[in-house]
Amino acid sequence: MDPKTLRFTGEHEWIEAGKTGAKVGLSDYAQEELSDIVYVEFPPIGKKVAKGETLVILESVKATSEVYAPVNGEVTNVNNDLEQNPQKINDDPYGEGWLVEMEISDPAQLSELMDDHAYQDYLKQEELN
Amino acid sequence: MKLIFEKSVKGRDGYSLPADLFEDVSIADCIPDYALGAKKTLSEVSEVDVVRHFTKLSKLNYGIDDGLYPLGSCTMKYNPKINEKLSVLDNFVNAHPFSPEDTVQGCLKIMYELDKLLCEITGMDRYSLVPAAGAHGELAGVFIIRKYFTDRGEGRHKMLVPDSAHGTNPASCAMAGFKSVELKSNEKGTVNKEELKRLMDEDTAGLMLTNPNTVGLFDDEIQAIEQIVHQKGGLLYYDGANLNASFGILRPGDTGFDITHINLHKTFSTPHGGGGPGAGPVGVKKFLASYLPSPLVTFDGKKYRLTGDGEKNIGRLRAFWCNFPVMLKAYAWILSLGEKGLRNVSETSIINANYVFAKLKNYYRPAYDRFCAHECVITARDYKQYGIKTLDVAKRLMDYGFYPPTIYFPHFKPHAKETMMIEPCESESKETIDQFITAMIKISHEAKTNPELLKNAPHKTPIRRTDEVLAARRPVLHYDDELKLK
Repeated sequence: MDPKTLRFTGEHEWIEAGKTGAKVGLSDYAQEELSDIVYVEFPPIGKKVAKGETLVILESVKATSEVYAPVNGEVTNVNNDLEQNPQKINDDPYGEGWLVEMEISDPAQLSELMDDHAYQDYLKQEELN
Repeated sequence: MKLIFEKSVKGRDGYSLPADLFEDVSIADCIPDYALGAKKTLSEVSEVDVVRHFTKLSKLNYGIDDGLYPLGSCTMKYNPKINEKLSVLDNFVNAHPFSPEDTVQGCLKIMYELDKLLCEITGMDRYSLVPAAGAHGELAGVFIIRKYFTDRGEGRHKMLVPDSAHGTNPASCAMAGFKSVELKSNEKGTVNKEELKRLMDEDTAGLMLTNPNTVGLFDDEIQAIEQIVHQKGGLLYYDGANLNASFGILRPGDTGFDITHINLHKTFSTPHGGGGPGAGPVGVKKFLASYLPSPLVTFDGKKYRLTGDGEKNIGRLRAFWCNFPVMLKAYAWILSLGEKGLRNVSETSIINANYVFAKLKNYYRPAYDRFCAHECVITARDYKQYGIKTLDVAKRLMDYGFYPPTIYFPHFKPHAKETMMIEPCESESKETIDQFITAMIKISHEAKTNPELLKNAPHKTPIRRTDEVLAARRPVLHYDDELKLK
């Protein structure tokens, strides 16, 4: 997946919105910051989440951190493969390391997110702070 | 170093059993299956092999008796040995929890007076000494909050927990049936008042707070925070994790906290870590006293008694008198220091941390550039360009003979990246702290001139850098597992 087609949150989630649903994952910057991920805890399928609510819990050798829902919606699928192979989030954050598929309930929220260009600028600011 | 299992030689025993005198009893039949099954992994070694193996292991250990242990957030301070000796005096050790009250009046008196001393130190009205550790004390406190609101017919089901809080805070909330709601910190690293106002509603039972907080920063807006919580009918819970930076100076009870817990281990002269035993007394203001867990000690002017006391008490959390030796050490320590001594402990721990911070902040960019309490947070962010992470700095510190500080905590926004949290404690001399500072400055130079030295550190420890990822993903916890891997 090409990051240029994705939208990003300030909390470093990415979302790829299709016609029916969307895929959510963690940005390359975030996986690098977290370092090696060793455990993934998914939400139950069918769970309704609001933007900013905890979607997935990740555990790396550094710390436990939460992945937040980038938009409102309902969880339709999770990447079960990661339970056995969490390192795929580190190896391929925009591809095999995707986390959750969800049905978006409020597509207008997508426009509030950053595109790749804006996200890269945002990261530069983060580094300076 | 070989494992004890690898030293095993078939048939080599460290024991000899007497001859079997009972022909009509089969020993094998007397041993349950689970015990027979376990035998195959017991190593066969002689007594002297065992003694040497574990003596060698003990020499590889590193603890506060070996040197500085600046593990931020943990208060790994030196505790006077005399209190350990005192806690194993015959009269204490031989007291039995079923002893008639008349024969253990001294022990009960100590528990009674410790309650009073803790009240005096923290500004609360009564303590229960029951909880066995910090998180247990928190759980007791949160149970009290739940029962209090249930009795009032209020269905408050949420609890606010700052993003800087210890993980035990949300865990205690969850165990008591509350939904824990994260309260984000502000730019200064303390409670964001606007967020607090927004989140503190009629469904919220209160706020769990540590002050100085878990980032080692004193929240000087505590009075405003107290008002916001109380105005909405909530309760304010004080996590005693950082009492080492405030006792003798400020009492949580005076700043509006309704419930506290204290870590007697860690703060009051029982070593922290190693799995206990600890003690986490829970204290409350008068209006909550009847909720305290039993047993409590009462005194009628003549006799000390163990009672269930409060009619609303949340019940028993632990058997017998709980961890009495820990209470003893705390009692002795408090009385030996007195009011001024306790204040001196807080002040010295704060001065030591600020000294480290002032000396190192030009070498390691601070997470929060302001005065800290008893621990400071610096980062290795500026060494990223050399490929150096905080982990590398910590590992290199071991080559200089120091236990590394806490790393990658705190890790929440906005400034806390590649963090190191350093808590020197009050018990260290200026000379020791200076040695630590010198090592840290040397490492900052090495990071620029010879980064490989850090990336491959430690070089001088019995075991070099461990594979933390493999250890987390495929832990080998049992010798049989290791054999299977081979």
